[in-house]
Amino acid sequence: MKPPVRLSELPKGAPAVVDRVHDAHAADPIAQRLRDLGFVDGEPVRVVAVGPLGADPLLIQIGSTRFALRRSEAQRVTVRQEAA
Amino acid sequence: MSASTLRIALVGNPNCGKTALFNQLTGGRQKVANYAGVTVERKEGRFTAPSGRVLQILDLPGTYSFDAASPDEQITRDVLEGNYPGEAAPDLIICVADATNLRLHLRFVLEVKRLGRPVVLALNMMDTARRRGIVIDVPELQRRLGVPVVETVAVKRGGAQALIERVDGEMPTAAPVQPDDADSRTDLHAQVRELLTATVTMPRATAEIDDALDRWALHPVFGLAILAAVMFLVFQAVYAAGKPMSDLIGGGFGWLGEHVAALMPAGPLQSLVANGLFGGLGTVLGFLPEILVLFLFILTLEESGYLPRAAFLLDRLMLSVGLTGRSFIPLLSSFACAIPGIMGTRSIQDPRDRLATILIAPLMTCSARLPVYALLIGAFIPIRYVFGVFNLQGIVLFSLYLVGILGAMAVGWVMKRVRRDKSEHALLMELPSYRMPKLRDVAIGLYERGAIFLKRLTGVILGLTVLMWFISTFPSPPAGATGPAINYSFAGYIGRGLQYIFAPIGFNWQISLALIPAFAARETAVAALATVYLVGGEAAGGLGHALAGQISLASALSLLVWFAYAPQCMSTLAVIRRETNSWRNVAISFGYMFGMAYAASFIVYQVTRMLT
Ligand SMILES: Nc1nc2c(ncn2[C@@H]2O[C@H](COP(=O)(O)OP(=O)(O)OP(=O)(O)O)[C@@H](O)[C@H]2O)c(=O)[nH]1
Ligand SMILES: [Mg+2]
Repeated sequence: MKPPVRLSELPKGAPAVVDRVHDAHAADPIAQRLRDLGFVDGEPVRVVAVGPLGADPLLIQIGSTRFALRRSEAQRVTVRQEAA
Repeated sequence: MSASTLRIALVGNPNCGKTALFNQLTGGRQKVANYAGVTVERKEGRFTAPSGRVLQILDLPGTYSFDAASPDEQITRDVLEGNYPGEAAPDLIICVADATNLRLHLRFVLEVKRLGRPVVLALNMMDTARRRGIVIDVPELQRRLGVPVVETVAVKRGGAQALIERVDGEMPTAAPVQPDDADSRTDLHAQVRELLTATVTMPRATAEIDDALDRWALHPVFGLAILAAVMFLVFQAVYAAGKPMSDLIGGGFGWLGEHVAALMPAGPLQSLVANGLFGGLGTVLGFLPEILVLFLFILTLEESGYLPRAAFLLDRLMLSVGLTGRSFIPLLSSFACAIPGIMGTRSIQDPRDRLATILIAPLMTCSARLPVYALLIGAFIPIRYVFGVFNLQGIVLFSLYLVGILGAMAVGWVMKRVRRDKSEHALLMELPSYRMPKLRDVAIGLYERGAIFLKRLTGVILGLTVLMWFISTFPSPPAGATGPAINYSFAGYIGRGLQYIFAPIGFNWQISLALIPAFAARETAVAALATVYLVGGEAAGGLGHALAGQISLASALSLLVWFAYAPQCMSTLAVIRRETNSWRNVAISFGYMFGMAYAASFIVYQVTRMLT
């Protein structure tokens, strides 16, 4: 298994699982919300699409839900890619 | 409150069908649409259960977790915890979950259960779940959760039968209250996973059709092209489909007015009926078809699930002008009317983004301005086809909407510059499944919009039109007066007074006067102009014709631009006051729009005059 990378660096379509969400600063509400939305250890995630300008925002599929996240938000999440 | 009234709250994640269920239970007509954050207020309704018991139902804004992130989520939290002013916590909570998206929705169910109140779980959208081959072991889920579970289809008649029976039956017992802290939250996810493995089988995580459509709709190139095409189509359709019907209605009323007037003795009353009622109101009524065509598109788009996709495509662009993709839907609603648009901003988490959106929402061309645009475009812009297919009038209309949007971007950009707090903004927006809009729902929506328009017409617009007629007719000219009678009326004096302000941007006294009632309701500008010109005896052949003869192209363009930016109506100002709780924001909003409208109209008027 490769070392965890940031979700914002995950190539489009590559399957991965969430490692964890990192607080960008103390009591980070965005990080907490991400955890509440299901970005927790072991959840499968995938980048489904990217926005037309500057490849931002990202469309993330987690479980059966699609969330649009900005790159700065996706940076808080680290993911593990399954060894190919 | 009588002892037999059971108070029930509907809660759940956004877009799971709470309001659809609420409408189904209470016979209500609250807004249902396919994106997160439709309901932003607490709404109340009642229904009588088969047992004869009266149930009071609360519809609440959707929320992902009790860690409320936006003003609408806070309302839900307060109501459930009994902290909402003037309201005790509900007796029973109906937790609604989308059966096609249980991984996300069950977590909130567990969170609600921990409040320690009686809960019933409604597994909604069972129709879609079955179609997608999702199998849920309901008895097992019920056993493991320890709360009653019923299946519902909120959008089908009788689809809430099982829920009604359950709610009408014995009160479920509440789970023990449990603390809410970071550790136990991680626990919730583990519990959800366990529940899912034990009770749910899903052949596929997403609907195949969604993936296929998104490949096109979110494509960096085709996606933007599709978005532009959709928007352009809307404005072409407003003209192509609305205009012929408008002309028919307008013509019909003119004819009717003449004939009714012929039956009446000449005098002020005849003038009121012919000029004020048939001339003024009839002209406004004529624009109902355009408004309905616009709403046909808005309602269809809202239910399709496309709007959050558009927000996704535009997020980066909106961010660069100090907004967020989340502003897109409130701003789009503002094309109907700025009031629901401004209220819709409650689903924006970031207070700075929210305020910015509120301040620019009135720059989106609301449907009340459509009659003014349609009138002037019809009078001044020739019907010509560009590239054989595009109607020039439709193109001008589209450009006016664009002028509003570009203005909003400029204002947003300036606000972003002056804002001191530059910390991060979040997007975090869910994209729903696509749904086929139901003909019946769209028809009901259109009927309601039509009814609202007619109510405005027979209420505030009628009142103002009669007032305009009155001040244009009285006082009568003194004996021996030479000029037209209207010059001696109140209207003549007020209009000429206002002209000192508006002459530099090319408005004659009639137009200047019509701007006042427009402040109460935009459409009234049309009725007021019609009345003033009719009373003045200068409107033979319809208002459009009269205007074309009376004012220059430069004035007409200036007036169009004025309405694109002009200060919002009074009701909008009142809503800004309520939503931001600040008179300062009202003053800023009114002031900047007045300045912007005046400056833009001045430039357009002076430049056009030089060129023509
Ligand atoms: N197929 C199907 N669609 C449904 C069902 N219930 C609701 N919908 C659709 O789901 C969407 C959301 O419904 P709403 O009732 O507005 O959802 P809500 O939970 O009130 O959403 P918010 O107010 O944003 O929290 C709409 O497009 C509805 O037409 C159902 O049982 N089956
Ligand atoms: Mg709702």
